[in-house]
Amino acid sequence: MTTLFYLAGAIAVISTFAVIVQTNIVHALLYLILSLLSVAVVFYVLGAPFAAVLEAIVYAGAIMVLFLFVIMMLNLGQHTREQERGWLAARVFVAPAIMAAILLGQLLNVIGQLSHDVEVTRVGVFEVSALLFGPYVLAVELASILLLAGLVAAYHLAKK
Amino acid sequence: MSLEVGSGLTIGLILLVVIVVAALLITVERRLLGFWQERLGPNRVGWFGSLQVVADMIKIFTKEDWVPPFADKVSFVVAPAIIMTVILLSFAVVPFAPNIGVVDSNIGVLFILAMASLGAYSVMLGGLSSDNKYALLGALRAAAQMVSYEVFMGISLLGVVALSGSFNLREIVAAQEEGMWFVIPQFIGFVIFLIAGVAESHRLPFDIPEAEQEICAGYHTEYSGMKFGMFFVGEYLGLVLVSSLITVLFFGGWLGPAFLPPIVWFALKSGVFIAFFILLRAAIPRPRYDQLMSYGWLFLLPLSLINLLVTGVIILL
Repeated sequence: MTTLFYLAGAIAVISTFAVIVQTNIVHALLYLILSLLSVAVVFYVLGAPFAAVLEAIVYAGAIMVLFLFVIMMLNLGQHTREQERGWLAARVFVAPAIMAAILLGQLLNVIGQLSHDVEVTRVGVFEVSALLFGPYVLAVELASILLLAGLVAAYHLAKK
Repeated sequence: MSLEVGSGLTIGLILLVVIVVAALLITVERRLLGFWQERLGPNRVGWFGSLQVVADMIKIFTKEDWVPPFADKVSFVVAPAIIMTVILLSFAVVPFAPNIGVVDSNIGVLFILAMASLGAYSVMLGGLSSDNKYALLGALRAAAQMVSYEVFMGISLLGVVALSGSFNLREIVAAQEEGMWFVIPQFIGFVIFLIAGVAESHRLPFDIPEAEQEICAGYHTEYSGMKFGMFFVGEYLGLVLVSSLITVLFFGGWLGPAFLPPIVWFALKSGVFIAFFILLRAAIPRPRYDQLMSYGWLFLLPLSLINLLVTGVIILL
């Protein structure tokens, strides 16, 4: 399981990096899907099968499909690749790389202080549902109101 | 060597049988369509056309495997592989018999929904990477259709999940052994799942993404050889998958009187649904694209939500 965790984690990091440097937008999207799926595997290995499968259904299966749908409608040609290439000059990476390196240093520092023998507890569907409709029911209701507002707004905009 | 859940022999046999059945369906479907449309169908090769599938396979393997120079090569090659992969992965959680299956998973139903939603990429990427206007139109239709019907497919299953109290397909079958088959309390859920299943595997009458009279062949216009063959066999694999899911979720899976072994009951029930899907193809004309969409969102969605609500109320009472 530990090997699987590191493997999925490595794929997630590499494919996310590829999303940023890829100039072909469809390929970038494919890498993003790969990244989300490997995060789902990480969730599964950490003992959260429900979160893993939701990650695959909601992010990789629904939201990314809509992204791809929009890309299909936009009719992006060769010129966007050249534009992307222009934006990806080496000097653009300097400042973000420094900041990310500082963050990584802090993260490594924190991880180094943690104990390494993590005990994996499996959190099944029942436990997640009991929490969602028990202590966190208010958050669920608020989220549903937010979604309803989005739905009404989308309906209104589409009517015009 | 005995068959048990998750052993290498079982997994190999399931893969082999499922793919062979899907390939055989190409011939079976053409013969049955011929029967229902009062014509002969392919009956020249072998005994009553039984070797037609071999002839088809030889033809498809020896055709030129062509990638158009204007296509996006990577996505063009990946697209047909995606549909085969996700559907074969879905078979991993299907319980064929008490001792036959790949994995006994607590998230079986959700896993199948996840794989079904990933299957949409196959047709979308196939159409988009072809760089062909008919393929793009087909891919757009496919994307909208699959994303829409996924929603009702998921909701229609929740009644069964609520009644059995589990996402595990084996426990769903076990729950039907104690009570009745879920087709009786969940008849509306069954009908919605059946319609959504046809739409998800985009077969006639819902083959709007590839409607050959309107948009050439839709998303696989530019495909030839075995890449086209993978789309083709993928469609039949989807048909087998939907039929076996209906059997498991609504018709008691492998359950049946003891004079036949469980796997035979499973195969018989699934076979009936496969034949029913072929009959649908022979009998019903294709709806218009907007009719399909409004039928889904304005009729099936409210119906599936009401079905879930009523099921919940009855369980609580």
